[in-house]
Amino acid sequence: MIEVKNIRKSFNRTKVLKGISAVFEKGKTNMIIGQSGSGKTVFLKTIMGLITPDEGEVAFDGRIWQQLNEKEKLSIRKEMGVVFQGNALFDSLTIEENVGFPMKMFADKSKSEIKNRVAEVLEQVGLPGVQKKFPSELSGGQQKRVAIARAIVLYPKYLFADEPNSGLDPKTAIRIDDLLHELTVQYNTTTLVNTHDMNSIMEIGEKIILLKNGYKAWEGTKDEIFYSDNPDLIDFIFSSDLYKQMRELFLKFGFKK
Amino acid sequence: MRIIIRFLEEIGSYVLLLKKTFVKPQNIRVFWEHYFRELDDIGLKTTGLISFISFFIGGVVVIQTALNLDNPLIDPSLIGFAAKQSVVLEFAPTLSSVILSGIVGSYIASTIGTMRITEQIDALDVMGVNSANFLILPKILAAVTFYPFLILLSMFLGVFGGWVAGLVTGLVSTPDYIEGIRIGFDPFHFEYSIIKTIVFAFLIATIPSFFGYYVKGGALEVGRASTKAVIWTSVMIVFWNYIITQIMLS
Repeated sequence: MIEVKNIRKSFNRTKVLKGISAVFEKGKTNMIIGQSGSGKTVFLKTIMGLITPDEGEVAFDGRIWQQLNEKEKLSIRKEMGVVFQGNALFDSLTIEENVGFPMKMFADKSKSEIKNRVAEVLEQVGLPGVQKKFPSELSGGQQKRVAIARAIVLYPKYLFADEPNSGLDPKTAIRIDDLLHELTVQYNTTTLVNTHDMNSIMEIGEKIILLKNGYKAWEGTKDEIFYSDNPDLIDFIFSSDLYKQMRELFLKFGFKK
Repeated sequence: MRIIIRFLEEIGSYVLLLKKTFVKPQNIRVFWEHYFRELDDIGLKTTGLISFISFFIGGVVVIQTALNLDNPLIDPSLIGFAAKQSVVLEFAPTLSSVILSGIVGSYIASTIGTMRITEQIDALDVMGVNSANFLILPKILAAVTFYPFLILLSMFLGVFGGWVAGLVTGLVSTPDYIEGIRIGFDPFHFEYSIIKTIVFAFLIATIPSFFGYYVKGGALEVGRASTKAVIWTSVMIVFWNYIITQIMLS
C-alpha cells in the first residue's frame, strides 16, 4: 500500500501540486487521471522519489520515504518497477541485457539464472525469442512490453506506469492495459498508472484519482464514473460527444445503482 | 552580476556531480564491463583519426621549420629538434586533446543528454542505480588511462611523420633529423606532456558529461549542450595548458 499525505510541489513560482493526499491499495490497479499539465507526471515522479516534494510525505507500507536514509531508500527502490512514458530502454543494450539489467545490478544471481528469469518475463509479456534484438528493432507496443518485462523482473511490490498507452493503437493499448492488470494480480503489486486514456480508465481502473490544476478533484472507482455529479470529472471524462451520449443513456435507462 | 552568479552555480553543480560520481561502484563486475566498453567507444575509436592527424602535423612542422631555416649557418639537425620539441611538448598533448574534446566531447554530451531526455537516467535512478557514478566514472577512468598511451602514439607518429616529410621533400636528411631528435632529450618533457594529458583527459570526460547530465528539453537542447560542452572543454584545455606549463616549466 502507498499512502500519500498532503504533497505540495512548486517549480520556481509555479505551484504544480497543491496538497494531494491519497491511498493506493495493494493488488489493485490505481489510476491517476487528468488533462495534460494537471500535474500527473510530477505527482507520480514524486511518489517514485525522483522529485523531492516541498511538503508532505509518501509511505510505502508504513515506511515514510522522507524519513529514510539512503540505504533504506535503496531497498524500497529495489521493490519498484517502473514503465516510463517513452519506455526508457537502454539503446546500446540488447533486450536480454535491458530486461536483465536490474537483476545484474542488484540480485546476486548467476548468468544462467538471469537468462532464465529474462526468458520467463518475456514469455509473460508475450514476447518470447526477442532476447538478442535491440530496442530499435521492435515496434512501439513491443518496446512497451519489454519495459514492462524489465519492471517486473525483480518481483516488484510497487509497479508504476506513466502513460503506458501513449503512441499506441487502441488494440495494442488495451493489450498493454490487460497485461498491467494481470501482472498486478499475479504479483500482488500496488500499481499506479498515469493516464488520460478513457479506454484504460474503463478497462482496468479499480481506483481512480482525478487531478486538476494540481488538486485532487475526484476519487472513486470506474463504476462510479458514469453517475458521479462531479463537474470536473464530467468535464474530463465526457468531453467527447460519444461519451456524453453514453452517459445520458446510462442515466436515462436507470443503470444508476 | 547575474552571469557571474550563474557561472558560479554551474561550477557548484559540476563539483556536486563529481562528488556523486566519485564513489565506489555499486557493482564492480558491471563497472568493469562498462569501462571496457568506454575504452572502445572513447578510446580505440579515436585512435585512427588522432594517428592520421599526428602524422601529417609532424610532416607540416618539419616542412615549415625547414623552409624558415634557410640560413646555411644553421645546423639542419635543428629541424628535427624543433619538430620533436613542438610535437612532444605541444602538438601531441594539447592539439590532440582539443581534437578529442570535439570528437569525444560531443559524443559524451549527446549520449548522456539523450539518455536524460528519454528518461533512461530516471530509469537508472528509480532502480536505485547511482546514475552519475554508473555513466560517468567509467568514462573518466577510460579517458585518463587510455589517452596517455594515445598521446605517446601521437608523439611517435608526429616525429615519424616529420621524418617521412623530410625524406620525401629532401629538406632534411635522415642522419640530421635523427641527430636533431637526440639533441636535448629530456625525459621530463614526456612527464610534463603525460601529466597534461591526464588533466585534459579528465576535462574531456567530465565537462561534456556535466552538460549532458543536466540537459533539459528535447533534441535541440541536446545539440546545444553538445556544442557548449565542446566549447567549454576546449577553453578549459587551453586554460589548464597555460597553468600546468607555468607550474611545471617556468
